[in-house]
Amino acid sequence: MRFIPESSEKRVPCFRVLDDNGELIKGSDFQQVSKEVAVKMYSHMVTLQVMDSVLYEAQRQGRFSFYLTTIGEEAINIGSAAALSADDFILPQYREPGVLLWRGYTLQQFANQVFANKADDGKGRQMPIHYGSKKLNYITISSPIATQLPQAVGVAYSLKMEKKDACAVAYTGDGGTSEGDFHAALNFAAVMEAPVVFICRNNGWAISTNISEQFRSDGIVVKGRAYGIRSIRVDGNDALAVYTAVQAAREMAISEKRPVLVEALTYRVGHHSTSDDSTKYRTLDEIEYWKTERSPINRFRNWVERQGWWSEQEETELRSSIKKQLLQAIQVAEKTEKPAITELFSDVYDVPPSNLAEQEKQLKEIIQTYPQDYPTDVPV
Amino acid sequence: MWGIIRQKVAAGGGSPVARIRPVVSNLRNYSSAVKQMMVREALNSALDEEMSADPKVFLMGEEVGEYQGAYKISKGLLEKYGPERVLDTPITEAGFTGIGVGAAYYGLKPVVEFMTFNFSMQAIDHIINSAAKSNYMSSGQISVPIVFRGPNGAAAGVGAQHSHCYAAWYASVPGLKVLSPYSSEDARGLLKAAIRDPDPVVFLENELLYGESFPVSAEVLDSSFCLPIGKAKIEREGKDVTITAFSKIVGLSLKAAEILAKEGISAEVINLRSIRPLDRSTINASVRKTNRLVTVEEGFPQHGVGAEICASVIEESFGYLDAPVERIAGADVPMPYAANLERMAVPQVEDIVRAAKRACYRSVPMAAAA
Repeated sequence: MRFIPESSEKRVPCFRVLDDNGELIKGSDFQQVSKEVAVKMYSHMVTLQVMDSVLYEAQRQGRFSFYLTTIGEEAINIGSAAALSADDFILPQYREPGVLLWRGYTLQQFANQVFANKADDGKGRQMPIHYGSKKLNYITISSPIATQLPQAVGVAYSLKMEKKDACAVAYTGDGGTSEGDFHAALNFAAVMEAPVVFICRNNGWAISTNISEQFRSDGIVVKGRAYGIRSIRVDGNDALAVYTAVQAAREMAISEKRPVLVEALTYRVGHHSTSDDSTKYRTLDEIEYWKTERSPINRFRNWVERQGWWSEQEETELRSSIKKQLLQAIQVAEKTEKPAITELFSDVYDVPPSNLAEQEKQLKEIIQTYPQDYPTDVPV
Repeated sequence: MWGIIRQKVAAGGGSPVARIRPVVSNLRNYSSAVKQMMVREALNSALDEEMSADPKVFLMGEEVGEYQGAYKISKGLLEKYGPERVLDTPITEAGFTGIGVGAAYYGLKPVVEFMTFNFSMQAIDHIINSAAKSNYMSSGQISVPIVFRGPNGAAAGVGAQHSHCYAAWYASVPGLKVLSPYSSEDARGLLKAAIRDPDPVVFLENELLYGESFPVSAEVLDSSFCLPIGKAKIEREGKDVTITAFSKIVGLSLKAAEILAKEGISAEVINLRSIRPLDRSTINASVRKTNRLVTVEEGFPQHGVGAEICASVIEESFGYLDAPVERIAGADVPMPYAANLERMAVPQVEDIVRAAKRACYRSVPMAAAA
């Protein structure tokens, strides 16, 4: 009689292409990228970082109510986005705006969303950072954790039925894997043979809950086998490793019609959100270490520069240009009118119901009768 | 008084639970031209026709395939449409509801079956936070053409966790549509409407109605038949008191109306059909005619469907009321199992009769139901 031990002697190894200094590791499985792709990846990582710092500051100044950053996880965001095709359907958690950025969502669109103005694609319906774009195949972010996981299986099933050369890609954090939906989704995906790639950003923290308090397994990668799912652990701060692994996972998912689990190890450098002060539960040294010595951006930059594809000058130019664009975008977004009052009543159903139509009419009549009591900066 | 027979269910229901069935059914003497159809068959035929008409429609749930459905509603569908369109799922309401919502986001039209709406509690986040709110939160980019269906409310002898009515729960949520059929005509027309509707629909059936037969006309049997969502049906016209009901209670209300007629009270029975949107205009028009209202439902009284109807009538037709609104609901206790206790916890015909009489200021004996 032998019990399977609760953990292995050795932890599951982590796939890497670049070492901590950005040098190619000899013998690693590496998918060569062109200069064009590498520079595009690097500049998007920088753009994401600058966007996060500028918008975070703007929130701190009280210009909008809420923000959360992706600092430290740029390689996962951009590395995975670059490995996917435009037809692959993304179901994010909320720390993956980089995927949207890669697909072409503009800085102005991001700013419009956080300011919830009338130019926002979401018509100001959702709180900040809950972006979405049907055009870019990126579902509107939903706050409850892990609900996107079984939904991704549903999307994958639809793609399979349509025989499309595309897969569903669902992101979650380490905390999200505790939700019931995670288990239901993985189990079901395997049974249904759905072409879905689950990418888990294991960044060590779920608000103040450290992974040691979140689960007792060797991270997330080992959970794949429990459901009959092929899985891999990758260094989430190595942009090339993420790119290579996600590309392979996508290929398997579509051609073999199976789910694949990718656990990307990383670190959440920023606070959980603007409602959190993480120095209350972790040390400044720890944060600083991951911010500087283990920065995914610096690591990739070293490699790109060594290829002769990037320089200090281009770096300075890029950063200042992005910052300028962002400040401009924020100004424009802040000045843009808020959504019209009509948008309160629309989209509840496909066709507006009679009670809402009636209420809207009544409200408009009251506004017309008492214009002095109605704010001038809110369009009707 | 109608006699009661206990019947052991054979292959029909899948669980060896004793069922209480009334002896007097709705069969009357019709010419052979009018067909009789069981609600079960009505639902099955509606699913079949909609799946045949639109390849995007598919059915998903526990036991819907090989087992032919826990209540045989999906009988024959697996054989006809194959495992890609009739999916047997693992036991995870959260899982398959989430999957259904995801498939709907992408453009398919799932029909998700809950073995009973009591189990939908394990998936309610997906129904409310994902399905109901998505169109609004995404500013119209994500529509969710999904139908959640299954038996709702009390059956017979199944206890607290199998007898809860969820009409009020789901009907309070903007973004959802909530329907509840009574007859076979309702079942066919409303299920077809639900499947064709681009919004998420919660479709509340009733286990005890599955085996009941109703007359169906040729129009109802046609595959294009569809009932409008949001319109109630006046099952029986009357002038003295309005009785509103949905699902199984419509049957009890009609029986109550027969009894009341013998005592000179003409009751108008409204079959709501649609809980959200509620057909306030039909209800109010009726109350303005009769001046008295009795709302009846199986579910718990607080914050129930009757509470909403009562408020609506008071808001719109206060001046027309000649008596306080009578509200009949299930007892404010988790459903007990013992048959005698269960009988006391669910509205009976006598309760409806007494309430109608109270609304008409007739004297009513204090004795409890026999």
